[in-house]
Amino acid sequence: MVIPSSKDDTHTDASASPTVEDALALGLTRTEYELVCQKQTRPPNQVELAMYSLLWSEHCAYKHSKKLLRTLPTEGEHVVMGPGENAGAVDVGGGLVCAFKVESHNHPSAVEPFQGAATGVGGILRDIFAIGARPIAVLDSLRFGEPGGAPAADSTAGAAAPTGTRSRYLLDGAVSGIGHYGNSIGVPTVGGEVYFEAPYEHNCLVNAMALGLAPRERLVRSAAAGPGNLLILFGASTGRDGIGGASVLASAELGADGDRDVDKRPTVQVGDPFEEKKLLECSLELLERGLLVSLQDLGAAGLTSSASEMASKGGVGIDLDVAGVPLREPDLEPFEVMVSESQERMLCVVEPADEQAVLELCAKWEVNGSVIGTVTDTGRMRVLRDGELVGDMPVAALVDDCPLYDLQPQKPSAPIYAAPRATAGLTLASTPREILLAILSSANISSRRPLFEQYDSIVQSRTVRRPEQADAAVLALPDGSALAVSIDCNGRRVAADPYTGTVEAVLECAANLACVGAAPLGTTNNLNFGNPEKPHIAWQLSESVRGLGDACRALEAPIVGGNVSLYNEGATGPIYPTPVIGMVGRLPAARRAGRLGFARPGDEIALVGAPRPSLAASELAKLLGQPLPDGLPAIDVAAALATHAAVRDAVRAGTLSSAHDIAEGGLAVALAECCLAGAIGAQVELSEALWEAFAPGEPSAPGEPSAIGTALAPPATTALATALFGEAPGGFVVSGETGAVRALGEHVPLVPLGRVGDDVLSIVEAGATAGTMLTLTLDELAAAHASLAQLFV
Amino acid sequence: MKFGILRFPGSCDEVDALNAASRVADAELIWHGDRDLKGADAIVVPGGFSYGDYLRAGAIARFSPAMESVIAFANDGGLVLGICNGFQVLCEARLLPGALLRSVSLRFTFRQVELEVLQSGGSFTRACALGEHLSIPAKHSWGRYYADADTLAAMDSSGQLVLRYAPGHNFNGSLHDIAGVCNEAGNVFGMMPHPEHAVDELTGGSADGLRIFESMRLTVEGAAVAAV
Repeated sequence: MVIPSSKDDTHTDASASPTVEDALALGLTRTEYELVCQKQTRPPNQVELAMYSLLWSEHCAYKHSKKLLRTLPTEGEHVVMGPGENAGAVDVGGGLVCAFKVESHNHPSAVEPFQGAATGVGGILRDIFAIGARPIAVLDSLRFGEPGGAPAADSTAGAAAPTGTRSRYLLDGAVSGIGHYGNSIGVPTVGGEVYFEAPYEHNCLVNAMALGLAPRERLVRSAAAGPGNLLILFGASTGRDGIGGASVLASAELGADGDRDVDKRPTVQVGDPFEEKKLLECSLELLERGLLVSLQDLGAAGLTSSASEMASKGGVGIDLDVAGVPLREPDLEPFEVMVSESQERMLCVVEPADEQAVLELCAKWEVNGSVIGTVTDTGRMRVLRDGELVGDMPVAALVDDCPLYDLQPQKPSAPIYAAPRATAGLTLASTPREILLAILSSANISSRRPLFEQYDSIVQSRTVRRPEQADAAVLALPDGSALAVSIDCNGRRVAADPYTGTVEAVLECAANLACVGAAPLGTTNNLNFGNPEKPHIAWQLSESVRGLGDACRALEAPIVGGNVSLYNEGATGPIYPTPVIGMVGRLPAARRAGRLGFARPGDEIALVGAPRPSLAASELAKLLGQPLPDGLPAIDVAAALATHAAVRDAVRAGTLSSAHDIAEGGLAVALAECCLAGAIGAQVELSEALWEAFAPGEPSAPGEPSAIGTALAPPATTALATALFGEAPGGFVVSGETGAVRALGEHVPLVPLGRVGDDVLSIVEAGATAGTMLTLTLDELAAAHASLAQLFV
Repeated sequence: MKFGILRFPGSCDEVDALNAASRVADAELIWHGDRDLKGADAIVVPGGFSYGDYLRAGAIARFSPAMESVIAFANDGGLVLGICNGFQVLCEARLLPGALLRSVSLRFTFRQVELEVLQSGGSFTRACALGEHLSIPAKHSWGRYYADADTLAAMDSSGQLVLRYAPGHNFNGSLHDIAGVCNEAGNVFGMMPHPEHAVDELTGGSADGLRIFESMRLTVEGAAVAAV
């Protein structure tokens, strides 16, 4: 990207004015440039063009998504702060609110995974304390290409098939970066998810979610107010990092040739968690002492977006002098100061009487603090250098008048995605034992321990359930209750059916919350999609948002904030549509938080709920190399919600030993996960009642249970595979004392499965003469489940 | 009895240490810039990333005004517990022998570990039984204890090796599985795992860590009784 430099940077020097070609190079369209000229009543100068190009980028202006986002439910009885501020917040009782939000840092992480992921965490943390909440937890949602290799079908344009090296490099860098930032600043990383799918090979996803706690009275908004008030910048000094970074990168597709990304490396921001820790304490103390009128953090597009958005929300103007900005290096041009994305900086509005106190507090915490401007009543954003005017724009033009575009959605007539590569040696004729081991050791299912052991998940002493102890992370609140949080999305299933796949993602979060005894309070989302100007991507986006809205309405878990990341595609095609959902809930008693592992020999195991499992778009279908289906089976949302409520109530009552939601890999994988987490075996029997529950009215699987596919007619073949490995929302595996487990059956469908005990997982078919269908020792299960560890040697 | 918990810019676990110590006695935070130790009977140098681990972990913290007072306090026989980053600070300040190097895995690791008590009856483990196993979380990337052979031999014979990782629990490569050591006089103690995070079964997985703080209280109160 070329920004013309000019030493004579005044708005009256026509010969130095940027041209329409410069505007195009910065990402504006010709029409948008002409609109800017209209708003300015003359061609914009360098500073102005730089600012418009950033604020009118997709990343800042949400040009292609804002109209869609307006259809989402954002209000509810628990909502204290909805979308539009730095983060959303819900009431959690005891005078406290929980702030939370998820954001992405995809394009920077693809270029430099360590710093891209680290600054992604830094950015979302700032959004939390920018509204006055102390950050208490981080979760991450990651997507990479296959770590062991590429799909055979991925030979477009003659490009060499990926070996997995790059994905392992990105995974390693991103996990290290997240750990580095979160651990150093003292915020626990308590949960997350990672998926490995070929469509993410050239466009990885790094989404970071954060939660914070605040007394309700300390919440602050970002609208600038009070002409005559001062604008104070505090935190780290300003340099050239990330100039044109996030915004420009996020609005353009990455090159197919990964080597060219090396040139983009200076555009990735560099983070310093120590600096942010000081900034966090300083910000919270400023708010505690009531010294701030409003507060905003600096993220993508730096001072440009922060100052302009503060002015826009307050309906005021701002005069900003770049000479007041503490610089990391000399001779930054005014436009560079305005677009710099140097990390760990905040902007606040302060009444003149409080200036001294604010600057003293900054000195105490050893962060820079300086007055850089004033709030005015002109409605204009004026940039000065040492008193000389170098840029003058109407605030409304910058922030509110960016054109919004209607999507032109059209369902694709042919598949967009290549079929996944089949796992060698695995077919429907493989034994259930072989299939279970293959799924357990696959990258999407195997234990994430090598990742989460790089995160401090207990600092601040609130963590009641650590990763792999339960389906959701649980954080204690002072009054003995607790927060629960989960982040989920299966992009491959959304690709198969954007509407239903998104509903599934929302239900998955709620199911995870139910397993620990929590009811949802609110939702955040990060929509990660390809190029919305393409009709098939527009279709994915519209259908997904429709599903998101319907599901959140059904759950009464409104959207309190979120993020959109578009243009995640390259020459090899778009990513799977990936609407990452983050959900926060509350449970009344922290000490009764549910666990996922089996616990006591003799406990009864049962399937709760009426899922309709199917192999369509399942992990097994992926390992078998099956192409994505066109559509997913419809979901009985009401039945799923009834099941969530029953499980939640039983967990709250303390009557169950364990509860685990059935998700990827189906029932057999869920059972294996319960055994592994509890370090205890299970003896499971698939009864007539189970077949009936899974496929009412269809013939149950007869005959030989020892091998799928041998001498069985096709419906029965897939019936067994479907029962063991089919996927659908609405099913749970619970364990506990028999009476307590059976009591659940009074409210929702329940099928007894067997008993906890011994050190093997065995699954038999009731009445079968040919013996067990599968038997695996805990050691065998653990060995398969530990396969991801080899990526971190 | 009062614990004084130091707070540096970048400390992360000081509030956790404050809350843990408060279960056993009074406790107060001491700002790094203050020389006044506020009448504390025992000092805790907490975990975290003081000064961003700039230069070396603990290298800058050891020069703070508060640490100058702590060094004098220790030389006078006062009890000083260093946890994780605190252990690193005490080594940098030469209040403890040896150094903490980068873990052999080169990665940050968080794991609940089992520690064997090698010395009981001392100021920091008198509430533990000899040979007892404590379940305590450890979370660090620079925790590999090192001292040269002669130093280690001397430490061993004077009973300065206090805690060691149980077999299979040493993830950082510390020599002789050392997890916690004290000085010759026995009043300064450093350990890499975090006892302040094991004071409550609900959040800590065990309450074994409380024993360290209990031991310190018993030591201070015992000395007070003896002085009467």
